[in-house]
Amino acid sequence: MKTIEMETDVLVVGGGTAGPMAAVKAKEKNPKLKVMLLEKANVKRSGAISMGMDGLNNAVIDGHATPEQYTKEITVANDGIVNQKTVYAYASNSFKTIEQLDRWGVKFEKDETGDYAVRKVHHIGTYVLPMPEGHHMKKILYRQLKRARVEVVNRVVGTRILMDSEGKAAGLMGFDCRTGDFVVIRARAVILCCGAAGRLGLPTSGYLFGTYENPTNAGDGYAMAYHAGAELANLECFQINPLIKDYNGPACAYVTGPFGGYTANNRGERFIECDYWSGQMMWEFYQELQGGKGPVFLKLDHLAEETIADIETILHTNERPSRGRFHEGRGTNYRQKMIEMHISEIGFCSGHSASGVWVNERAETTVPGLYAAGDMASVPHNYMLGAFTYGWFAGENAATYVGESAIAAIDPAQIEAERARIAAPLGRTDGIPPSQLEYKLRRMANDYLQPPKVTRKMELGLERFGEIGEDIDHLTAADPHELMRAMEVQHIYDCALMATHASLFRQESRWGLYHYRVDYPERNDDEWFVHCHLRKTADGRMESIRRPVEPYILPLDEDEKTAYQRLRIVKQAATA
Amino acid sequence: MTYATQRTSVPVKVDEDKCIAQKGCTVCVDVCPLDVLAIDMVKGKAFMKYDECWYCLPCETDCPTGAVHVDIPYLLR
Ligand SMILES: Cc1cc2nc3c(=O)[nH]c(=O)nc-3n(C[C@H](O)[C@H](O)[C@H](O)COP(=O)(O)OP(=O)(O)OC[C@H]3O[C@@H](n4cnc5c(N)ncnc54)[C@H](O)[C@@H]3O)c2cc1C
Ligand code: SF4
Ligand code: SF4
Repeated sequence: MKTIEMETDVLVVGGGTAGPMAAVKAKEKNPKLKVMLLEKANVKRSGAISMGMDGLNNAVIDGHATPEQYTKEITVANDGIVNQKTVYAYASNSFKTIEQLDRWGVKFEKDETGDYAVRKVHHIGTYVLPMPEGHHMKKILYRQLKRARVEVVNRVVGTRILMDSEGKAAGLMGFDCRTGDFVVIRARAVILCCGAAGRLGLPTSGYLFGTYENPTNAGDGYAMAYHAGAELANLECFQINPLIKDYNGPACAYVTGPFGGYTANNRGERFIECDYWSGQMMWEFYQELQGGKGPVFLKLDHLAEETIADIETILHTNERPSRGRFHEGRGTNYRQKMIEMHISEIGFCSGHSASGVWVNERAETTVPGLYAAGDMASVPHNYMLGAFTYGWFAGENAATYVGESAIAAIDPAQIEAERARIAAPLGRTDGIPPSQLEYKLRRMANDYLQPPKVTRKMELGLERFGEIGEDIDHLTAADPHELMRAMEVQHIYDCALMATHASLFRQESRWGLYHYRVDYPERNDDEWFVHCHLRKTADGRMESIRRPVEPYILPLDEDEKTAYQRLRIVKQAATA
Repeated sequence: MTYATQRTSVPVKVDEDKCIAQKGCTVCVDVCPLDVLAIDMVKGKAFMKYDECWYCLPCETDCPTGAVHVDIPYLLR
């Protein structure tokens, strides 16, 4: 195993959505800096937007919505546990990001007058901007990376943050998943943009890579931040999504809703007022499944032919284009059949929910020199546009920070320890292949962590995870590719422990299905109207702490507060 | 410990008549996010080496000769 050493000023880890934006904006802020973008895949096609996106889920555009209204809606959708400043910072810059993407060549739907054609999907406001021609996101970003002269390093997997003697981030360690070489990168600031923890639960198909999230996002960012000593927030607020059964991708109600599609039960009846994904919505979805009115479907068969043809074009060429192929295999034609839906496996993701590495409105984590943006950073419901916007914040702020801060000494022992940890699976001739360990770990995550959460089950889960943790010392890898899986499964293991720990800590129920605890079925604002943070202590233990919810900058009135608790259609009238 | 090799039917098929890997093409291998494609050096053709596919389609879309076809992985189909 060779060691390759590199150096840069700003290191961005993860070249999906937030990462390229962070790298470009760091370079624009200070063109003299060296900026490196590191990606375990290839930035040309990496991340959640690999094949483009079919819409912006949270566009805040003047004339359609205001930053104030958006911030309030996200506050309510999160049962009040929100640092409003971070959401407001996103919302106030949302339009600026859209204009930037528009100038770069991303195509958004506009009406006859040239105004953005925003649609209503959320419960209260209007924020969904379709991108029927949104296929080329990655090409557009790649062009900007070249133009800005960002140094791109592909196929290198980050595994641990390099720390200096004063506790500041000073680079990253990892390895090349093609050659197996150990890689050490020294940097003056590190921006983590590693996406969601998408391989935590096991999809019901049993296929390890049949996840909702892009599976290269195995929770690496969460685990790296944790081991660097950063605080993580609201991890008990899981990501659980309503997806096409077995295919496990979005069906997708955000696209079809504005055309008249809706979520229905087995009688073809609407049972929720709003298809916007939230814990409360997933709660009603779960109730319908449990109450004998399942399966739940996405209903389109009542729509006109032209509408369905439009929907097909968007859904089968964009974002997850293989869904058309899946429907064809099952004989599901939108004109005749409803699409069978199911509840996804669990994961962490702030892009959709609220579980992430804690950041403030400057994208700073609690570790100096360490920034985070996108699905792995704690700004709730941030989606793609939030990833771009916070990537922008992180890039600019890291570039400024680098000008002011110097790296202290680095203890070489941490480098040797990480080299040995990475080399270990390749060196063992006898032991457990990563795929088997991963399957078992994720199956146990389903068995013990999938809501409804039961205290006794989660305690047993910790026992099982403990046993699997011992097996980590027996992981083997036949080649550098398998080594990538062996290191990823250790990130997944860290995430499983964090998910259990965080879920046991919050002794109440909140966020609908995301944190429904059978032993504490009620929401308890008197004791738990707080953020729960999780961190690694100096002696290596996992610790949960309460942090007060930051004072609201936009107070809610009583009626607004409960809007997301009234999603169920009260008296189910037969739908037309 | 001893190991067994288990056969799996992989979702990605490469039409070897169309594939021009022998002329130096590696596009599908380069773009695959999961890094599961490889070139068979003896045949000079691309193939799926690991059954770890997100059925995301860059390999199929970006192949210059239309040699790649992605099926939904069998377990999900
Ligand atoms: C199927 C699907 C549909 C969606 N639809 C919409 C939609 O219609 N509208 C919308 O607004 N949002 C949508 N989203 C959400 C949106 O795509 C995400 O919020 C956003 O793209 C996240 O950006 P990111 O940069 O955090 O993660 P990503 O874009 O996924 O990038 C993370 C990158 O980090 C890399 N990486 C991970 N670990 C490491 C490591 N250890 N070392 C090096 N690199 C690493 C990964 O390979 C990946 O490229 C959707 C998401 C999915 C999965
Ligand atoms: S992209 Fe197409 S032609 Fe090129 S190696 Fe792959 S299959 Fe062969
Ligand atoms: S569909 Fe995606 S994951 Fe599967 S081989 Fe092609 S590029 Fe790789």
